[in-house]
Amino acid sequence: MALAGRTAMRWARLRSPCPAATPLCLPPWLPTGPRACQRLCSSRGKEKLDMSTYPVESIRNFSIIAHVDHGKSTLADRLLEITGTIAKTHHNKQVLDKLQVERERGITVKAQSASLFYSHEGANYLLNLIDTPGHVDFSYEVSRSLSACQGVLLVVDANEGIQAQTVANFYLAFEAQLAIIPVINKIDLKNADPERVEKQIEKLFDIPIDECVRISAKQGTNVEKVLQKVIEKIPPPQCNTADPLKALVFDSTFDHYRGVIANIALFGGEIQKGHKVVSAHTKKRYEVNEVGILTPNEQPTHKLYAGQVGYLIAGMKEVTEAQIGDTLFLYKQPVEPLPGFKSAKPMVFAGMYPVDQTEYNNLKSALERLTLNDSSVTVHRDSSLALGAGWRLGFLGLLHMEVFNQRLEQEYNMSVIVTAPTVPYKAVLSSAKLIKEYRKAEITIINPAQFPDKLSVSEYLEPTVLGTIVTPQEYIGKIIALCQDRRAVQKDMLYIDERRVILKYLFPLNEIVVDFYDALKSLSSGYASFDYEDAGYQAADLIKMDILLNGNPVEELATIIHKLKAYRKNVVAKCYGGDITRRMKLLKRQAEGKKLMRKIGNVEVPRDAFIRVLKRQTDK
Amino acid sequence: MAGRGWRPAAAAAAIGAARPGGAGPGRGPGSGPASEPAPAPVPEPAAPATAALYVHWPYCRKRCSYCNFNKYMVPAVDEAAMRACLVREARTLLRLSQVQSVTSVFFGGGTPSLASPRTIAAVLEAVAGAAHLPDGAEVTLEANPSSAGTPRLAGFKAAGVNRLSVGVQSLDDAELRLLGREHTAAEARGAVEAARGLFPGRTSIDLLFGVPGQSRGAWARGLEAALGLCDHHVSLYQLTLERGTALAAQVWGGALPTPSQDLLADMYQTARAALVAAGFRHYEVSNFARKGARSTHNLSYWQAEQYIGVGPGAHGRFVLRGEGGRSREARVQTLEPDAWMREVQSRGHGTRRRVVLSPLEQLEEVLALGLRTDEGVTHERWGHFSPHLSLEAIFGAPGEAKALQQQGWLVLDGGGLRCTWEGLALLDSLLPALLCQLQHRWALPAVPAHPAQGAAPGRGSGAPRRSPTGDRAGGEAAGHAGVVSGSSVE
Repeated sequence: MALAGRTAMRWARLRSPCPAATPLCLPPWLPTGPRACQRLCSSRGKEKLDMSTYPVESIRNFSIIAHVDHGKSTLADRLLEITGTIAKTHHNKQVLDKLQVERERGITVKAQSASLFYSHEGANYLLNLIDTPGHVDFSYEVSRSLSACQGVLLVVDANEGIQAQTVANFYLAFEAQLAIIPVINKIDLKNADPERVEKQIEKLFDIPIDECVRISAKQGTNVEKVLQKVIEKIPPPQCNTADPLKALVFDSTFDHYRGVIANIALFGGEIQKGHKVVSAHTKKRYEVNEVGILTPNEQPTHKLYAGQVGYLIAGMKEVTEAQIGDTLFLYKQPVEPLPGFKSAKPMVFAGMYPVDQTEYNNLKSALERLTLNDSSVTVHRDSSLALGAGWRLGFLGLLHMEVFNQRLEQEYNMSVIVTAPTVPYKAVLSSAKLIKEYRKAEITIINPAQFPDKLSVSEYLEPTVLGTIVTPQEYIGKIIALCQDRRAVQKDMLYIDERRVILKYLFPLNEIVVDFYDALKSLSSGYASFDYEDAGYQAADLIKMDILLNGNPVEELATIIHKLKAYRKNVVAKCYGGDITRRMKLLKRQAEGKKLMRKIGNVEVPRDAFIRVLKRQTDK
Repeated sequence: MAGRGWRPAAAAAAIGAARPGGAGPGRGPGSGPASEPAPAPVPEPAAPATAALYVHWPYCRKRCSYCNFNKYMVPAVDEAAMRACLVREARTLLRLSQVQSVTSVFFGGGTPSLASPRTIAAVLEAVAGAAHLPDGAEVTLEANPSSAGTPRLAGFKAAGVNRLSVGVQSLDDAELRLLGREHTAAEARGAVEAARGLFPGRTSIDLLFGVPGQSRGAWARGLEAALGLCDHHVSLYQLTLERGTALAAQVWGGALPTPSQDLLADMYQTARAALVAAGFRHYEVSNFARKGARSTHNLSYWQAEQYIGVGPGAHGRFVLRGEGGRSREARVQTLEPDAWMREVQSRGHGTRRRVVLSPLEQLEEVLALGLRTDEGVTHERWGHFSPHLSLEAIFGAPGEAKALQQQGWLVLDGGGLRCTWEGLALLDSLLPALLCQLQHRWALPAVPAHPAQGAAPGRGSGAPRRSPTGDRAGGEAAGHAGVVSGSSVE
């Protein structure tokens, strides 16, 4: 996927890859120097903080949400500096983005949190910043982070204006009934047009223009004002320390020495070392070893109180024990569990095999470690005649898959064969034998090799997504053509100002997983943005494309493709003198699309299906 | 009406000398020189050229909810100015095209029945003054039922109109209201009856189907009523929701239902069957005629004849012989009426855009338009535009076209290439594949793939494999190099 590069990218490349076993809290690529070291080591060195001085009224829990590269992480860096959470140096770039891949790509993959201490008008405040990932694949992570917040900063680039992800993120926050503070960033840029962006925000989100804050996170302009707005506009959490403990697990990380570190938000009560807590989900009991806040590294505290956000270490051995969305309560004091979060659902599957089968066990252990920290990846054992033993992995999206592979390579030095990505299709079985075999009538197919034949299936279903595209109007024509080529159905089209249009399309997921984003970017010279959300399954005419070698199908090369309804009934449109030019233009565009199809038998196969099958990366 | 005899345009003789001969035969449908008495004096070039002429009247009284045509509602139309401009532009374009015989004239719009008969007469006189307008040539006027009373229609007849196309659209008052028409079903009936009285056998009606909320039954009943009313020509259009129209906004906004594709296809099949049962020939995707009442003007479009468009936004396809041109151009006139008139008044013409059509582009049009008719693309017409690459060479070879023939949707035989009855309803889906095949074949290096034509050996290696075919077949006769640039406007 094409992502905007950053200075951090070049900078990070100078550092050597991280050795496999390094704990995530001590990445060697973080800036060195006495100050930084002091900060990083603070979790062991300092005295425990007393958090009782921060009652609920003084707490603000908020997130920053933004389209990729609109400056979310830079604003976070500034907020951390202003509040003295981190030292002000030139090296503070994406401080909350700890993973190498995050820094290299200028994206945020894993949500991180930081507690900021800030004085405003004589009062001390505890501001908990919950950073969120900034890419389409991770909207699940965004929703996770948001449920621990009461408000968000919606950051919009003053030059680029509202983008697809701005819209998606806004609605996530809006639906969660959070206070929304629009922040217009990068006003220092030459082409910045904050007024236009304010008008867009007013038109699209119904937020009055005067509520927008214009800032330059890079230069620090007006960032203080953002903090003041956070205090004024975002309500403190509604909860009480006198209530029984009710803690929401909104994220978790794995530390090789200390086990699972669960990020928690307290919706009631208090928690401290020695407390016995129970997971509402697993009913397992744990004894709390340590609690603390993130600054952004773990800073132990005596206790955590209602309304506060921090971490907990309680002898959990696997991340699955700290289930995202789970509620923790005190042993023998059960509470009504908090409504669970949307659970992560893999949208893209691919086979993964060691290049050399002798590496199988090493790869297995690397996968286990990596998935410890990323519970959104699903793993199924798989094997293939050609490639040997391996796995079929499920990812949130293509970027997620790339990031995962990159981490596998960078952090574990693993070389793997990854097969062409597929989406999870479903089949409604009609054959009694198969229903008995699967013990259900509707099955999900994540591996094309297991695609049941048409004869034993009454209906195939394919996953769909609702895509949002924001584009300057001059690219509308090309984008509509692209979407139509991808079997998408237009749902909405709205001008957000004189120049920008927002388009909504229902896409079959498989049409966008491989190269849609790249195609969109290239035909719009990079100006169109895209985001999507799950939209359930729809009936589809699917067929398995086998590739035969000497007459025998090679299972690893099988893919599922859509059998196009190639011949549709006409629109009976008139065609006289004035209509001819327009008609020919349309027909020629369709003919162009046709050139990209290969007709085999009665099936039209997108030409890139072959490329997709053949383009396997070995030793990525 | 004033004399329709052929008179040479003033500039013709002067420019004519500069142009070499070699023009192909005139191919006016039904009214070409072969069937008509030859026009008297023929200056250079020796062979006559023909074209159909379209005249656009851009004004309407009321905006229909579904229409996105180029039309304007103005409080007071300066008809005298518009008339003068239409006349002047018709002369300009006829001079530039050096068309010697105009095979048909069509007044469309807008609502041309709102123009006065005097304007229609003036344009026809100008046409007849600048080129030959044969006596029997089809002259059609589009009429709106609300401006088509007998006296008015009689005025148009006196002005030279001999065929009327009445925009009935529907015979249901509720549907007409939804469509934003300013007439009732009763008025539409009255208009058709008046038209049939004055133009017996030469009256056409337009009908729309797929109106939001329209059921199969309602359409069948409407069709039956229309069959009881109509003359020998019916044009049938599926309502297309066009962006920017009130109706589209209502449907897309969810205020009105969208008819399903299957329902629309059913309605079309119902209508085809009913019309054929009533003796109509389904001679083009959306047109039906009986007793030979086909529209020669519209056939000119589908048979890729030359046509000249006069008036705001009008399109044309013709060779600029008056400028020594050899290639067919696609031309568009300035869209907005006031701007168009200013240009005609100040510069003598209102052409805004000229694009030279490449030989391949012309063939694409011949194919896409020709297949809309039941006759399809004949070998003769194809050969006229593509003397060296036959229909067989392109569509007879193994490939998608062959598969479509095996499916029973397409026929390639001694007559030419055409759709079957089933194929005609799928045409829009067949065309991309056929165009693809044409483009593919066209791009292949020159090989003597079709020795039947014996084209390969005789050609010099440096010469283009296919001669640029303007409107003149076998253009190799003239080694004329002047090609009009696509960008400038004369």
